[in-house]
Amino acid sequence: MSAPALTTRNVGKRYFFDSERVLGPLMLFPAVIYIVALVGFPLILAVLYAFSDVTVGDPRITGTENFVGFENFRDVFNDRVFQKALRNTIVFTLVSQVFVIVLANVLALVLSADFHGKRLVRFLVLLPWTTPIALGVLGWFWMLDSVYSPIDYAMRQMGLLGPDSVFGPGRNMYWLGKTDLAQGAVVLVHIWRTLPLATVILLAGLTSIPQDVKDAANVDGAGFWRQLFYIRLPLLLPIMAVAVLFSLVFTFTDLSVSLVLTRGGPVNDTQVLSTWAYFRGIQGGNLAQGAAIALFMLPVLIAIAIGMLRLARRSENN
Amino acid sequence: MAALPPTQRFASEESGRGKHVLARTVLYGTAVIFSLFAAIPFGWMVLTMFKTNNDLYNPRNNPFLYNDPPTLANIDLLWNDTSFRTFIFNTFLIAIVVMAITVIIVVPAAYSLVRLSGRWGSNLGILIFLVYLVPPTLLFIPMTGVIADLGLQNSKWSMALVYPTFTIPFCTWLMMGFMRSVPWEIEEQAMIDGYSRIGAIWRTVIPISIPGILTVVIFSFTLTLHEFVYSLAFVQSSGEKTVSVGVFTELIRGDVYFWQSLMAAAALVAIPVALLYNYFLDRFIAGFTLGAVKG
Repeated sequence: MSAPALTTRNVGKRYFFDSERVLGPLMLFPAVIYIVALVGFPLILAVLYAFSDVTVGDPRITGTENFVGFENFRDVFNDRVFQKALRNTIVFTLVSQVFVIVLANVLALVLSADFHGKRLVRFLVLLPWTTPIALGVLGWFWMLDSVYSPIDYAMRQMGLLGPDSVFGPGRNMYWLGKTDLAQGAVVLVHIWRTLPLATVILLAGLTSIPQDVKDAANVDGAGFWRQLFYIRLPLLLPIMAVAVLFSLVFTFTDLSVSLVLTRGGPVNDTQVLSTWAYFRGIQGGNLAQGAAIALFMLPVLIAIAIGMLRLARRSENN
Repeated sequence: MAALPPTQRFASEESGRGKHVLARTVLYGTAVIFSLFAAIPFGWMVLTMFKTNNDLYNPRNNPFLYNDPPTLANIDLLWNDTSFRTFIFNTFLIAIVVMAITVIIVVPAAYSLVRLSGRWGSNLGILIFLVYLVPPTLLFIPMTGVIADLGLQNSKWSMALVYPTFTIPFCTWLMMGFMRSVPWEIEEQAMIDGYSRIGAIWRTVIPISIPGILTVVIFSFTLTLHEFVYSLAFVQSSGEKTVSVGVFTELIRGDVYFWQSLMAAAALVAIPVALLYNYFLDRFIAGFTLGAVKG
């Protein structure tokens, strides 16, 4: 024991809090408590609510008499609006994400090149993600107005809209008033919203492709398309998976787009799980049914979380 | 190249230049199209907010132009005759509390996960990050029950309490990235100099992590401004609302829309937030790429 080395462990002996065993958990404790109390507990409560009869007026589960088994799920599932909402959630998410993957690859390629005004372009294309979503969607809401839409005006000027024209005798398209157009608008706004996120994630991946790989490809005389399909895209696949998983989560669980743009209309044709949970659970006061509706998102979210864990593990091992 | 006869060389250079011009044109064209697609709703907001009623509601007018001279009356209306100022005030108040809670909880947690917990810590870090992906739309219904039990229904403090549930997971993850880059030797030296571990952290790790803490503050702020779902579910009276929900619910009365003031409110909040966010974006993305990209 002569002349012990000056390691932190030895120096730290003087203070109780220097022990990693004590200090580590102690510093982590507040974060864990916050998450367990306000994410973990409500998550369990969501499941309990779904099997109970709680309402906004009486939100407490006091005993077994509050539990009603699968009644909420039965009621919810037999509701035609719910069936629409479930289908819309899946279709809107899948369709918008296909566009997002393709467009994000194009946009990331553009932003990885050098050109004048790149900073401005980057700022502009990121706007849909960097601004509060409800406010951005309000802009679309006004642009797609039933009377004053500038798109309608432009179409009238081009002779596409109005008497004796391709899109009919009316002066307006009623973008948010007709089922197919309103659904298209919701999908469009979802694309608009998640494209920037997917793009910047891909961009981070693009810039990390080693320069010597690019140089080697150039020396070997590989052209743009060859490099794109044989080098960039394969190297980008893991990061593309990250981008897709994130934009899937944000699109699949989004409430703001459908709510602000159409309030689920016309006749519930743009209703999604989250809006329907809101209308039933909060506005309608039936917390139990609202919770049951929202719970239908859980399986997909668990699948996505597992995908994320796998990716994170893989990148750690590399 | 040098071996080619002069005419051929000329021709090949010419076609090379033609190809180059074409590539640049495609590049700029694509950039312009994407910029327009992304920015048009905001451009439309800004154009609308300065229009007079006469101009806006005359269907014969070209909506792309100012047919009447631009006016500031709508912004005046927004500022003086609506609850907009209250919404702004509430949002800032909530944001300050959220920022404080987030920093106080996140800094020690990130330190602990990076320095004190080994491999086990980085796994737990990923788990905490995944909590960020539990969406408000899954939790907002039971959360209204929790809020009611705490006596916070219809109060802005409900949001100050609940918003850290998404700022903490994300910012812990961000902060872990910063903590990893702090050289361990400085801290060790401080401890050799006789400081306790906490003293050493306070004197070495915290000052070096100031940029990280600043990033955490900015993101807590922007995420608070972005939040919509909880705010919509928790609060009904206009005196307690935040900007993103208040503008949407209060500036629309039944079927009457104060379009210019509505657009003014949206633009005046959205664009400054975008500028702030944009400035810190690279750090945000570093968090989002899950370490799959080494920066």
